[in-house]
Amino acid sequence: MLSIKDINVYYGNIHALKNVSLEVERGEIVTLIGGNGAGKTTTLRTISGLLRSKTGDILFEEESIAQIPAPAIVKKGISQVPEGRRIFANLSVLENLEMGAYLRKDRQEIQASLENVFRRFPRLKERIRQRAGTLSGGEQQMLAMGRALMSKPKLLLLDEPSMGLAPILVQEIFAIIKEINQAGTTILLVEQNAHMALSIAHRAYVLETGRVVLSGYAEELVKSDEVRKAYLGG
Amino acid sequence: MKAMRLRNNLIIAVCLAVLYFGIAYAMKQRMLSSFHQVNLYLMGINIIMAVSLNLIVGFTGQLALGHAGFMAIGAYVSAVMTLKLGQPFLLAVLVGSLATGVVGVLIGLPPLRLRGDYLAIATLGFGEIIRGLLININYVGGAAGMNGIPKLTTWTWLFIFTVATVLLIKNFINSSHGRACIAIRENEIAADAMGINTTFYKVLAFSIGAFFAGLAGALYAHYFFLIQPQTFTILKSFDALVMVVFGGLGSLTGSIIAAVAITVVNAALQSLGALRMVIYALLLVVVMVFRPQGLMGTKEFTLRTLLRQKGGSGLHDYRKQVD
Ligand SMILES: Nc1ncnc2c1ncn2[C@@H]1O[C@H](COP(=O)(O)OP(=O)(O)O)[C@@H](O)[C@H]1O
Ligand SMILES: [Mg+2]
Repeated sequence: MLSIKDINVYYGNIHALKNVSLEVERGEIVTLIGGNGAGKTTTLRTISGLLRSKTGDILFEEESIAQIPAPAIVKKGISQVPEGRRIFANLSVLENLEMGAYLRKDRQEIQASLENVFRRFPRLKERIRQRAGTLSGGEQQMLAMGRALMSKPKLLLLDEPSMGLAPILVQEIFAIIKEINQAGTTILLVEQNAHMALSIAHRAYVLETGRVVLSGYAEELVKSDEVRKAYLGG
Repeated sequence: MKAMRLRNNLIIAVCLAVLYFGIAYAMKQRMLSSFHQVNLYLMGINIIMAVSLNLIVGFTGQLALGHAGFMAIGAYVSAVMTLKLGQPFLLAVLVGSLATGVVGVLIGLPPLRLRGDYLAIATLGFGEIIRGLLININYVGGAAGMNGIPKLTTWTWLFIFTVATVLLIKNFINSSHGRACIAIRENEIAADAMGINTTFYKVLAFSIGAFFAGLAGALYAHYFFLIQPQTFTILKSFDALVMVVFGGLGSLTGSIIAAVAITVVNAALQSLGALRMVIYALLLVVVMVFRPQGLMGTKEFTLRTLLRQKGGSGLHDYRKQVD
């Protein structure tokens, strides 16, 4: 479904991604794990068209998206949940969700998506008119995910959804990610929390200083010595 | 819902008509002193300035400090059109505003492609550069400015342009374009992720704001018939910014109320000379201490809130279904 081939991304003269290639098949949860500054966010922003690669190509459903503008990429069915709870703090929960459907025109189906989001996140429905900035951390993460679902993505890009959340909430969020996937949305999950990410992912890539250093099935990576030492605390 | 909105719009239309004809009548009967008239015109011009700046600063969240520079461009271009080229008033106003809008795109595009405070710095410089340019262009009178501009800004035109500005900006804000701007103000990274072309909308809001500042300048030039580079100093840019902040970032009605109030305060303090600036500054400090979000915050003053009518916001059809 998504195929990244040999991309190199720079910030000025900082070489942030070095010959990165990765594949996501339809229906999968693929996780991209790595420490701080490894290039995870850069990878997602490049897929979304917010950053550009100097080399290689990015294919989505066999079509190159490496040169098309970011809004067109959202329209094609790739939606990103940015890291760090980027919600619209002064807008209500409902207005945040409406914003997620910004590029859609089909009123009726937007309504269906909204009900879908509320079914998945009942807590958001209870707080429909609440100012989003007053939600708890977990609720804000749910809102950011719900908002991304409002664009009806085929591929959902999640950037560190566990960041700054209590363990119990992380479990809840990851259970929801799994549900979203089982309902038919392919997921590329970026995480520092390798343990949680590997527990729900089908496959995984390990990124280190801009390079993919390891990849494979999640259940195999969990057992590998390198991953255990570097990311799972021995 | 529909009937109620229709009725509210009718009430507003009637109020506007009363205001328009009332003042037209008062002017005809010479019931307004020239001092009052000047301030009445300034009110209209300040409303246009504040509302257009609010679109940039309050609704799109981009700090711009050169609104007087845009006003100057509108004033000078339109004055050249009528005074030097003998063109009709409306054409001059249109060309002046459009030229300002185009300059807005040129000035706004480079800094708005970036995030951060580049726009504030660029517009601050721009306002001063425009003044410096004007002083050095002999064709428009240099430091002495342009004198004898035909006095074509009638009460009718002022009224029409002020109301039209408010309505056009209000409609823009309530459209999906306006929602894109608000999303950018709230969180630019999230707006990007929604598929909003953030650079496009920042530049769009900025140049629409510039366009209307140019309109304010054109109306100003053709009422006061004398324009000079020092009319459009940084202080005028700050005046507009003060109105926006005072009224509430993101509230059009707040900007209107603040523009009117500050024009009145300015007029009342005029006789005090330099002391005026001190009192003015103190007033601002007091407002910012007791009401940092401005008079209105991001809320609008509507007939609905005034009459305490019940009912949904009517923003979207599906809102009602959700409730
Ligand atoms: N806007 C930026 N300007 C310059 N360097 C950046 C910028 N964003 C990220 N980087 C650098 O790129 C590298 C990868 O960053 P990032 O993709 O954010 O890592 P991660 O998401 O894995 O923590 C880091 O070395 C970081 O310092
Ligand atoms: Mg990151």
